[in-house]
Amino acid sequence: MSFSTGFLVKQPGMLSLVQDAGRFGFFNIGLTNGGPIDLDAFQWANRLCANELNATVIEISIGGLALIAQLDITIAVTGANMSLTINSHKKELWRSYHVKAGDIVALGFASQGVRSYLAVAGGFAIQESFGSTATVCREVVGGLAGDKLKTGDILPCVSQIRKTNLVLSESLRPKYSNEVVLHTVPSYQQKHFSSHQQRLFFSSEYKVSKNFDRMGYRLTGQKISADIDGVLSEGICHGAVQIPADGQPIVLINDRQTIGGYPKIGAVSSVDTAKLGQLNQGCKVRFEPISMEQAHNYFYLNLSHLNRIKLKVCD
Amino acid sequence: MSKDTPFHKPNIHIAGENALIIYFAEKASSEVSAKVQQAEQLIRQAMTDDLAVDIIDLIPSYASILVVFNLLSTDHHQVRNKLRLLLHSLNDNPKTNDDSNKSSVVELPVYYATESGPDLVVIAKRNKLSVEQVIEIHQSKEYRVYAIGFAPGFAYLGEVDQRIASPRLSTPRMKVPKGAVAIADKQTAVYPNVSPGGWNIIGLCPVDMFDITAAPIMPVKVGDKVKFKAIDKDEFLSLGGQLPEEFSKLALGKSS
Repeated sequence: MSFSTGFLVKQPGMLSLVQDAGRFGFFNIGLTNGGPIDLDAFQWANRLCANELNATVIEISIGGLALIAQLDITIAVTGANMSLTINSHKKELWRSYHVKAGDIVALGFASQGVRSYLAVAGGFAIQESFGSTATVCREVVGGLAGDKLKTGDILPCVSQIRKTNLVLSESLRPKYSNEVVLHTVPSYQQKHFSSHQQRLFFSSEYKVSKNFDRMGYRLTGQKISADIDGVLSEGICHGAVQIPADGQPIVLINDRQTIGGYPKIGAVSSVDTAKLGQLNQGCKVRFEPISMEQAHNYFYLNLSHLNRIKLKVCD
Repeated sequence: MSKDTPFHKPNIHIAGENALIIYFAEKASSEVSAKVQQAEQLIRQAMTDDLAVDIIDLIPSYASILVVFNLLSTDHHQVRNKLRLLLHSLNDNPKTNDDSNKSSVVELPVYYATESGPDLVVIAKRNKLSVEQVIEIHQSKEYRVYAIGFAPGFAYLGEVDQRIASPRLSTPRMKVPKGAVAIADKQTAVYPNVSPGGWNIIGLCPVDMFDITAAPIMPVKVGDKVKFKAIDKDEFLSLGGQLPEEFSKLALGKSS
């Protein structure tokens, strides 16, 4: 039994998880990285609270989270457009607010995007396991006892009110659409897909199936086949596109298994897996091949864009 | 070049925007695994020194190592060059083909019995062996740790004698108990925790395969050797082993 204070979980929602930037350095014992699916939205939530970029937040998938503040603190919510209310008063995302002890912070359900991020000034004070607070439910590691939030849980934090509240201008906020282009570096078993199969893969439109989660996004559409059934199990990197025997691609993301033996045709850039992670069943994606150099450029352009944007003081 | 022999030089391929994969061979063998193990040690050593910031994580497996690098500090050309240099010293190392003495041998106790291994009878029948012979054959060999993954602490060990090799169950169990010693094809493993699984269970091991509070967290690492040793029920229980309740029913169902 813990006597810490912070936020009491009134309603956990569909899937709300404690996350920091992720767990690295333990792939060799089978621990995956976890961490935020949408790294940009995660970092914005922390920037709005004037935190370290790696501070621990709550990732809310689909929506429905309600928390009761037990202390005075600055908070911010970013990401999917879940309606945010504080004591039933409608509030904006992409902006920080002061909440007081007793306030009820609640999120509705998203109509655009899937995941949002709730940060508090100073971050949630969660015990690290394997150097990270990231929750991976499948591994029972991180977060609160390795599990998603449940009613009655306490999310500990320390009361901190920032002097000013910050906002990200509306024109600079990410727009979550229903169609995303996934820039993909051809890699791994690429040569085991004929040039015809590769052309089909990179010219077809795929839909997000009902099977999407923090491990991966299963897509449906043009069937792709390799000239091999499988390979010796090998390390799977973030964004790897696995093509199982049914020919339907699976993009493997944060909670993926660390090794596997299905043929892989390439790997999606991290800038685009963040966008993919905001897509719902039925949304459309297309793969576009890029070189490793283009992938690096894309990564750096996105990073410099984020770094250039200044937050505004709003009150 | 035969597919069974290791590549003369390891091949470095692109995996993703921040990952390269080193391939040592197309097929698994203890010789290839020894190379993987040695290369991993070399890279890890460099990670304590000039690659400390550049390399984030490694995933060694049967015949490959995935190298995840830090896009904020380096690029794939630099990493590739550094890996080539390191792997060159691997090729030059005369000990490469004779490391069998360097791997540590980890002995794991197993309580083999029909009440702890519900699939023992099926394996015995299929291969026209007695249950005792299956048990004897399983513990007669030293196994190599080829890869770790699937779940935290799950070590793929190989290869079991052809006489006890067994296909995966057609319907995986919803709940395989922690410590289950199991066989799938020519691989064997100890389930580190309760999980679903389709491997054939032949016994239970009371040793924790994944213990956050222990140092090291896992008793084995890729490249190590594992030897199983039969223990009786009393010893199993005194070492902290527990017989799962639903298991006795399962065993009864299977043997009837």
